Amino acid sequence: MGFLDTLLGRTKPVQPKLDDLFALPSAAVTLDAGAGFRPTGSGSVCFRPVEGRSFSDVQKDVQELLDVSSGAEGGLPVEVTKDSYGFNWLVSSRMSDQLDALVTDLHAVNSSLVDNGFGPQLLCTLVAFKDDQERRLALVYLFKRGTFYPFAPLSGERRDNALELQIKGVIGDDLKFEPDLARWFPVWGAPGL
Amino acid sequence: MAARTRYAPDRGLTVRMTATMFLLGLVFVAFVAAIIGIGTAYHASSAAIVLFAVVLGGGFAIGSLFYSDKIALRTAGAREVTPEEAPELHGIVDRLCALADMPKPRVAIANSNIPNAFATGRNADHAVLCVTTDLMRRLTPEELEGVIAHEMSHVAHKDVQVMTAASFLAIIAALLIRVAFYGELFGGGGRGRGGNNQNAAIVMFALMAVSIIVYAVSFLLIRMLSRYRELSADRSGALLTGQPSALKSALVKVSGQMSRIPNNDLRTAKPMNAFFFAPAMHLAPKGSLAAIFSTHPSLERRLEELDKVQQQLNRAG
Repeated sequence: MGFLDTLLGRTKPVQPKLDDLFALPSAAVTLDAGAGFRPTGSGSVCFRPVEGRSFSDVQKDVQELLDVSSGAEGGLPVEVTKDSYGFNWLVSSRMSDQLDALVTDLHAVNSSLVDNGFGPQLLCTLVAFKDDQERRLALVYLFKRGTFYPFAPLSGERRDNALELQIKGVIGDDLKFEPDLARWFPVWGAPGL
Repeated sequence: MAARTRYAPDRGLTVRMTATMFLLGLVFVAFVAAIIGIGTAYHASSAAIVLFAVVLGGGFAIGSLFYSDKIALRTAGAREVTPEEAPELHGIVDRLCALADMPKPRVAIANSNIPNAFATGRNADHAVLCVTTDLMRRLTPEELEGVIAHEMSHVAHKDVQVMTAASFLAIIAALLIRVAFYGELFGGGGRGRGGNNQNAAIVMFALMAVSIIVYAVSFLLIRMLSRYRELSADRSGALLTGQPSALKSALVKVSGQMSRIPNNDLRTAKPMNAFFFAPAMHLAPKGSLAAIFSTHPSLERRLEELDKVQQQLNRAG
């Protein structure tokens, strides 16, 4: 925010950065080689719904669009869930080797919200991974920062910080990682994880 | 671009806020001119008095700016909480920070029977956000989020800095009134010639008169500025969450409950009013004399402004 905006108490809503999301498929290869985590094929976009008709119309359009495209490729229809904080999650489930298609799905959600002027409502996108010991891991992409961070939930709202830092060491060079650890905020109970 | 129209700033509000700040600046210039005038006309020691007031007032303002978070938490009897102690509250703050791309403020809870919230701290990195236990009890999660978004907009707008700068003039004027008053009582004190004494008395009187006028005018302007900044915080907060009606219902709930609160609690909460979400006093009716002294706009005015946000968000992209 500029000086004048601060002085006049005007907040410019932050527009999301979308492009860095496409670095994910190549980083997933490194992640598998370096730490043994493979994508589960599930990914989601989290956004803050706006009250009123125009936003729900946009959301319905996105959902239909994704259902058609994933249906044609034999995938499952997208799911919309609302979490306890009032945020909506659009979950797309693909086969585990279809990470490219998943990222394209997620990007379609993002770009259609942005095109309709709801870009500031985007919170994060999340792609789920698993290793052979069934440990869960998510790579979370923060739209406003354009950065990634790992989130490894354990049972009972605890997170595996050691694993998260290990993941950063493995793919820290492939992805733009969030340097400020204070912004690695947890997403407990995120659908699709 | 669609995004631009949906989140356009409110022109009217901007114009009114600019005008208020301009007037405040004008009063400042007039004040300085008057003091220089008094000083040169009487060649008296008024310059030293003014310098003393500026240094003391400046020190006071900077001190309160730097310790605002600690002072506020102490006054409100609040305690900082960890994510483990208040996971839901932290969850709301986390998400709003990620949505607004802001550093996360410290989170505190005050044990109080007044439903209220405030944010303070000299900048976004030293900000602290506090809600009362009663607020969390009475509001739904969505309403609570609306209130927190409002408080975080205060942080984003650097309201503590702006209001401290705006109050600087009033602090100096208030100090000068006091100094001049005591100066007149004890000034001169029998030493020197009679003419010099009389001169000093005139200077003190002029200084006091100017200071009183400046204090009164700047006080009203500061209150006006505070009301406009509340409206902008409402607006930005509602734009951030995308749910103006959640904030509206929180406002109605909080102000409707205000009248039932026992009196001693009201008095202990008084010095903090400017930073509160809704002041812990009866809301002044629109257009009344009390309304121009109030730090917060009337409930109707706030709801009106949020209606505008609602229409704006729902406009066809």
